[in-house]
Amino acid sequence: MADETTKYTWPDAGERTLIGKRVSRVDGPAKSSGRAKYTYDVHRPGMLYGKVVRCPYAHAKVSSVDTSAAEKMPGVVAVHVIQSPGTEIHWAGDDIVVVAATDEGAAEDALKAVKVEYEPLPHFVDDFTQPKNVPEEHGPMDQEDFITMLRNDAPDPQIISALQTRGITFKPEKRLLDRLRENEVSESVISALQAAQVKPSEDKAEKRYRKEAEQTKGDPDQGFKQAEVVSEGVYGCPVITHCCLETHGSIAEWPDKEHLFTHISTQNVSGLAGQFAQALKIPAGNVHVHQDHIGGGFGSKFGIDRWGAYTAEVSRKAGGKPVRYMLERAPELEVAGCRPSGYAHVRVGAKKDGTLLAWESESWGTGGPGGGGPPPMPYVVEIPNQRKQHVAVLTNIGPARAWRAPNHPQGCLITMAALDDLAAKLNMDPVELLLKNLSLTQRADVYREELAIASDLMNWKKNWHPRNQGGSGVVKRGLGVAIHTWGGRGHNSNCALTIHPDGSVDIKMGSQDLGTGTRTAILMVAGDTLGLPIDKIQLNIGDNEYPPDGGSGGSTTIGGVSSSTRRAAVDARDQLLAKVAPALNAQPQELEIVNQVIRVKSAPSRSMNWKDACARLGTQPIQVLGKNPGPGDLISSGVGGAVMADVSVDTETGIVKMNKMVCAQDCGLIINMKTAESQVYGAMIMGIASTLYEEKIMDPTTGAMLNPNMDFYRLAGIGDVGELVVHMMTGKGYDERGPIGLGEPPTVGPMAAISNAVANAIGARVPFMPITPDRVVAALNENEGGSHAAV
Amino acid sequence: MDDLPEKKKGTKSKKRSSSSSSAGVSRRDFLKISGVTAAVPLVNEVSALAAADQVRELGPGKVPITLSVNGKKMNAQLEPRLTLLDALRDKFELTGAKRVCDRGTCGACTVLMDDKAVYSCSVLAIDAQGHEITTIEALGEPGRLHPIQQAFVDNDAQQCGFCTPGFVMATKALLDRKPNPTLEDVKHGLGGNFCRCGTYAGMRLAVLQAAKTTKGA
Repeated sequence: MADETTKYTWPDAGERTLIGKRVSRVDGPAKSSGRAKYTYDVHRPGMLYGKVVRCPYAHAKVSSVDTSAAEKMPGVVAVHVIQSPGTEIHWAGDDIVVVAATDEGAAEDALKAVKVEYEPLPHFVDDFTQPKNVPEEHGPMDQEDFITMLRNDAPDPQIISALQTRGITFKPEKRLLDRLRENEVSESVISALQAAQVKPSEDKAEKRYRKEAEQTKGDPDQGFKQAEVVSEGVYGCPVITHCCLETHGSIAEWPDKEHLFTHISTQNVSGLAGQFAQALKIPAGNVHVHQDHIGGGFGSKFGIDRWGAYTAEVSRKAGGKPVRYMLERAPELEVAGCRPSGYAHVRVGAKKDGTLLAWESESWGTGGPGGGGPPPMPYVVEIPNQRKQHVAVLTNIGPARAWRAPNHPQGCLITMAALDDLAAKLNMDPVELLLKNLSLTQRADVYREELAIASDLMNWKKNWHPRNQGGSGVVKRGLGVAIHTWGGRGHNSNCALTIHPDGSVDIKMGSQDLGTGTRTAILMVAGDTLGLPIDKIQLNIGDNEYPPDGGSGGSTTIGGVSSSTRRAAVDARDQLLAKVAPALNAQPQELEIVNQVIRVKSAPSRSMNWKDACARLGTQPIQVLGKNPGPGDLISSGVGGAVMADVSVDTETGIVKMNKMVCAQDCGLIINMKTAESQVYGAMIMGIASTLYEEKIMDPTTGAMLNPNMDFYRLAGIGDVGELVVHMMTGKGYDERGPIGLGEPPTVGPMAAISNAVANAIGARVPFMPITPDRVVAALNENEGGSHAAV
Repeated sequence: MDDLPEKKKGTKSKKRSSSSSSAGVSRRDFLKISGVTAAVPLVNEVSALAAADQVRELGPGKVPITLSVNGKKMNAQLEPRLTLLDALRDKFELTGAKRVCDRGTCGACTVLMDDKAVYSCSVLAIDAQGHEITTIEALGEPGRLHPIQQAFVDNDAQQCGFCTPGFVMATKALLDRKPNPTLEDVKHGLGGNFCRCGTYAGMRLAVLQAAKTTKGA
């Protein structure tokens, strides 16, 4: 048998029976027949329905709550005050009182009988206006400031210096430190955190802006001096919402006073018990979490959320009866998901031949009350001389949540749009400009190959034209390009695999399948390793009574579950081979399993079928636990992708039509080609929606969201997306890196590529997303010195 | 606009004259007329009131309702305000149709009513009486999928799958009407549904495959 370091590897291309093939998702039939049960579909005996009174003000203090009349309403079983008098509310639609009743109508009627009085406070929802003359931040950092810095990948010395000079307002508890270590935060940052002075917090309520320390690299002044061409522009994208089709929510019940059982729509099955325990003051071991299917998460469903906790509370008040509360569409858009906005005023300088020299950006954006940090800029292309300044805008728009590839789409748009404008000024093909500067990226070879493939698929060389040459007609056509990246290293994962004496195999994992094809991928890895077809393996996921697995976010799932499953299956296989080797008169390492038959590699006729082999186990099944991280080098991190867009723009109406989009994407070793391609198609389509349609529109007067519905918060339809082409990078240079996550990277580039295609078509930059008809017309007018105000 | 020719037919029919008010416009016709030209007072107030007099008042409490769903008669005591969608999901445990936008925009609740695709979130259960309702559950099930459902699986036309039943039903209605759809027909026929994960690439192929495999089915 191979030693520990070489035992856990991926099979070579020629030996793969399932890995890398096109396999239909195993839960496809359940989904397409309407039989898949989502949290929203679960009916529990005697189930009650929850409804919630929500705060109409964007900023207010709760003065009084009177639920006495509601409690007497027909059908009402329990009422629970979520945020009691004195609590400050920071966004419109925040949850105040929950009512549980025998049906939805009765609960809704009871809401009208709840009396809540508020003291309205001044609100602020304008993240679009560029903040000017904001003083530098000096006060102590709260936990959110600190986490934000980490999330934004601020360099370690900058974080340490901020901890030393500003101090902190919170005590770094063990729980936090453990979490930091789990997320591979460096020990120097952790010890600086522990050493930081704890100071009383300053009142942030009145603060609208928070300026972050200026970051410089190289010598930006010198860089701009040397630059022969400088391009300047302002770019950005607004807050958008996740708009999961299955809204957030759960069904909570108490089998007894100490135990909670909850079905919940979550990306984090194994990670919720502790959160529930803390909120409900019960031991984490008493919390049972279950989910079979989830109707979309996109980064917004990692926590139990306020509603997870109060649904459990109101169930407890109702004597433990099951209570279902799923958010209605309006609160789903108002309070359950915001991708932070990102805007920047950018200068970028280069030599005449396109060599990039200097970058300067003043950026701003909001992630709700916490502000939020700067997107990574300049994105992918590390321009040698930089000066960057970011101001976080603290608003009452609602709390930010991770949205596929947090901060990357914003950084990519701002950077790639600035580079595209620079290319236009240089009279250069933007693909040439990127190729010229690939040495400034971390993956020059990958991008070069992908740009070549994407160019071929788009017929870029033939179809591209300089700006203002989009044809003489009313409808102009243009092409745009962007490149993107993501980490995507596999998360912690545990795979419990059992081979039973009757030949059946089962796997238990506390993971979840968001529709990315996680179930299918796990089965393909196990099947490939054990020489079994996937329908011979029973897979159980979606329950926290199975071995814990990471939350599905940040493209970490495929690397995590595939490597823990591979390790488990290799161990189980080797134990089985050791058991049957004597009967086949061979050493275990001389055996292989091919299509349910165990045979001697050099003499395939000496064989035994799977069932007979397993029967030799007697009464004892083989039970193994495969882990990630673990022995052997199965996964890595860091991918590149290239996106190109082809659009037509009607210069009279301002309507943008997608003709075609192409993506060449790397994600290491691909487990299932079919679902991998689907990830990229889906990412491109989400990119089209966020570029052309999506915006959380806030009313400055009331501070409320104006479009919390799917008529005016528009997604892309089947007729809106044009032709889509996906090319997955495979083979040498890719496969040997092991599986790397794919959910995030292809969502990054589309917005920039489409924005650049529109600029190429009409000869003017539409600076802000979404690229709505009015903005196209305004950009055209401004370009021609027209009188229309730019939006 | 479809109402106009129907109304003309109606003026000639004997049935109409027997049920119409003295002003010469039945309640049904009144509704049709007002639906087409809402701002034009085609009938005077008196005749409208007379028409309203014939309406049986129901609710707000529960009333007996009989629905014909997937070929079965289903009886329940339901509030008249309940939508067909909520009745299917919460009373009859047919949870394939989903509530997503809850206002007739996204199509996740699509079912067939007399072979026509409708948004079941926008039809009251009480109004669905007397019609034949077909839900996703009637098409097929794992192991015995309908060709459309199989095509969605084969072409990976689903990710999270929450919108999928609505799209499958919209496809059914489309193919019933247009057995040989062009790509443009597909875009139009499924244009009343939204998917968030972005499964349209597979979906286009799925509908075209289903068009081939359902021939003669």
